[in-house]
Amino acid sequence: MESTIRFTLNGEPASVTTDGDRPLLWVLRTNLALTGTKYGCGEGLCGACTVIVDGEAARSCQTPVKEISGKSVTTIEGLAADGGVHPVQKAFMEHDALQCGYCTPGMIMNAVALLGKNPHPTTAEIIGGMDDNLCRCGAHNRIVKAVQAAAGVREGGL
Amino acid sequence: MREFEYWENDAAEIDVAMDRRRFLKTAGTGIFLFFNIRDLSVLTQEGTGRPVIQGGPSDFNAYMRIGEDGRVTCYTGKIEMGQGIVTSLAQMLADELDVGVESVDMVMGDTDLCPFDRGTWGSLSTRAFGPSLRTAGAEARRVLMEMAAERLHVPVAELATEAGAVFERAKKENRVTYAALAQGKKIDRQLKDPVAVKKPSEFRIMAKPLTRRDAHEKVTGKAQYAGDIHPPGMLCARILRPPAHDAKLVSVDVAGAEAMKGVRVVRDGDLIAVLHEYPDVAQAALGKIHAKYDTPAPAVDDRTIYDHLLKAAPAGRTVASGGDLAGGEHASSSVFEQKYLNAYVAHAPIEPHTAVAKVEGKKATIWASTQSPFGAREEVAQALGFRTQDVRVITPFVGGGFGGKGRNQQVVEAARLARAAGVPVQVAWTRGEEFFYDSFRPAAVVKIRSGIGSGGAITFWDYGVYFAGERGAEQFYRIPNHRTTAYNAGWEGAAGTHPFATGAWRAPGNNTNTFARESQMDIMAAKAGADPVEFRLRHLGDEKMKRVLRTAAEKFGWKASKAPNGRGVGVALGIDAGTYVASMAEVAVDRSTGNVKVHRVLAVQDMGLVVNPAGATIQMEGCITMGLGYALREGLHFRGGAITDVNFDSYEIPRFSWLPKIETHLIDDEDAPPQGGGEPAIVTMGAVVANAIYDAVGARVLELPMTPDVVKAALKQG
Repeated sequence: MESTIRFTLNGEPASVTTDGDRPLLWVLRTNLALTGTKYGCGEGLCGACTVIVDGEAARSCQTPVKEISGKSVTTIEGLAADGGVHPVQKAFMEHDALQCGYCTPGMIMNAVALLGKNPHPTTAEIIGGMDDNLCRCGAHNRIVKAVQAAAGVREGGL
Repeated sequence: MREFEYWENDAAEIDVAMDRRRFLKTAGTGIFLFFNIRDLSVLTQEGTGRPVIQGGPSDFNAYMRIGEDGRVTCYTGKIEMGQGIVTSLAQMLADELDVGVESVDMVMGDTDLCPFDRGTWGSLSTRAFGPSLRTAGAEARRVLMEMAAERLHVPVAELATEAGAVFERAKKENRVTYAALAQGKKIDRQLKDPVAVKKPSEFRIMAKPLTRRDAHEKVTGKAQYAGDIHPPGMLCARILRPPAHDAKLVSVDVAGAEAMKGVRVVRDGDLIAVLHEYPDVAQAALGKIHAKYDTPAPAVDDRTIYDHLLKAAPAGRTVASGGDLAGGEHASSSVFEQKYLNAYVAHAPIEPHTAVAKVEGKKATIWASTQSPFGAREEVAQALGFRTQDVRVITPFVGGGFGGKGRNQQVVEAARLARAAGVPVQVAWTRGEEFFYDSFRPAAVVKIRSGIGSGGAITFWDYGVYFAGERGAEQFYRIPNHRTTAYNAGWEGAAGTHPFATGAWRAPGNNTNTFARESQMDIMAAKAGADPVEFRLRHLGDEKMKRVLRTAAEKFGWKASKAPNGRGVGVALGIDAGTYVASMAEVAVDRSTGNVKVHRVLAVQDMGLVVNPAGATIQMEGCITMGLGYALREGLHFRGGAITDVNFDSYEIPRFSWLPKIETHLIDDEDAPPQGGGEPAIVTMGAVVANAIYDAVGARVLELPMTPDVVKAALKQG
């Protein structure tokens, strides 16, 4: 059923009129033209579609858009103010924590949510918290380093 | 091999002169240089002496333009899929031209703007394309100096270049920028004779680490992939797919889908698709189509495939041989006969195959996730009956390829549906379609008979590879009596061999061949009572490989010992894309579950000149991590033509929790030509883990992937 869903998107009020059962992923990518959030598997198994809803990492392919009514959604496009980069984005750049870049937005959003809840994670906590985000190019070790750096952890371990 | 045939067939189609005229017409003013892959002397296929490039178009492979704003633009048909050439190619050009790397723009994979290119694969971009790119940069610099000599009234010999300007050595303020030289000019040069390129000691940008140039776009979500392109009026397609590759459509009822608001059902021959503004609604509409199929009973599955392959094998071709096998066997005190298996493996890029097509009259524009934009252009032209030059394929960033994005099925589907529907159409495969239509790394069998004499020296080596391909099959040890036979040269079997498509997968053939060869070496070393490193050194003649192995042993802290000794360490060597690699690993094996945890992997690589050490290191790390997948878990599940893996739940790829400690080391060999870097460090991953498992628990695993069940079975065998 079509309905109008109001929520906060990247810090701004937003509304979309569509079938509330549609996945947030496709509403973001089509109705709202925010294509930084990626499709990878459609079943919540890869994490390429990860966004942040009220501070929690969420798989947008598994989130019916009606569930974000009244909530605050952050996508990769809204992580930093115009032209700037978030410390996690900066750390990904500095540590070459990406290759093809397709899983990168989901990785970064998941890491930001992880650090939001646990600002000083151990390496094991980073690995545990990122484990359901898949990367095929094999940038994992650099992603861990980037998250450590963003959290202010001295390098080492991996 | 298929890739050579493919290139040869394509070559005749290309009207190079036309491409060049068209380019000059549209490109505005500036200084232009056209260049090609000419010096093929370094480009022989490993071990065969055959040139890597045969029969391709011979005029030019890239354009370069120095504009009036001083910016340098390189137009190449190569594409960026994560391997980092958008950075390393720009580094090469900037260094030779003496400009900052930030003033070089790369235009890649656009068939209207870039000259013909066969495709991005085989670790060829740096080692084949790189030298011509550098030569072109050097030639352009020479042209600029000649122009400056006239302008500044100073002989060329007294001039030098720096940061995009030519200046008089003795009087530095007497200078002119490249931008000023290009002002109002339209100079067209074709690179004819190779000019001298810089020596490593003169490098300012090459051989120094540089962070990816595409990183900012990729971390901010601005980087566009094919699925992010949205021409006005575009509809998203979901295509009716059979339950198995050999299933035949009997009947179809599309009424349920047609009744849905905003849904269009489109048929183009055998292609039946639903279109909607939103892909999720198209997906729901697809579910309303009722189709009946006739599906033959499965003839093979993932367990019986190896027997089937051995029965289906064509006659063998001797790849290499020497000495006298029978004599060698006669002189042996121990003979070893083994059969090695590996399963079908998926490419599984996180970005599934995607294309967006717009057809207007007899012209088509397509944005595609592809490793071969020019191949896609040809396929679309054929499918639609258009002229090749009326099809434009644009390649945005590609979300991973690994050899799997060269077939362009989704590109042709998008083009056909766009024409049939009269609106732009996006075809973006679901994960299930990605697993179904992948061109898998072929399941393969390697049989080896070998022997050692009473002194522990290898006496003979009789090697046969079935269906993996020849790459990496030829052994590189000093063995007096040997033969290497390939049953099926490439990675595609004849009809009836494989129940679905197979193709090139990162370092095609070599993962299989290296697993078998290096496992067999360890089996012989164990019988000889020798340390696996010492046993290999004893049989190596090539100083370069010895150096790579010795360096690995030193960096790893390898302590000589006969295996198994419970430590869980292993070694494996390989050669791929001209690069030598030695890997060492440390593992722990849970005897009760059969689970293997890889704790540490070290790889040492000699790849000649390293253009971007940061990029090369990242590629090695990626190879190690990705290689753990085919070593430990990745094997396709199927029954006949039905593929039962449809997502990442049953088909597991490496995750963060698998991460070993990864160490990489590049041998300093900068006077040697650059070799491939995107693939070599993956080829040793099966063997190095298998050999470490043997060292840990004394069980010899002969099959990839080494799943807990496979490891437990090996433990039972002892």
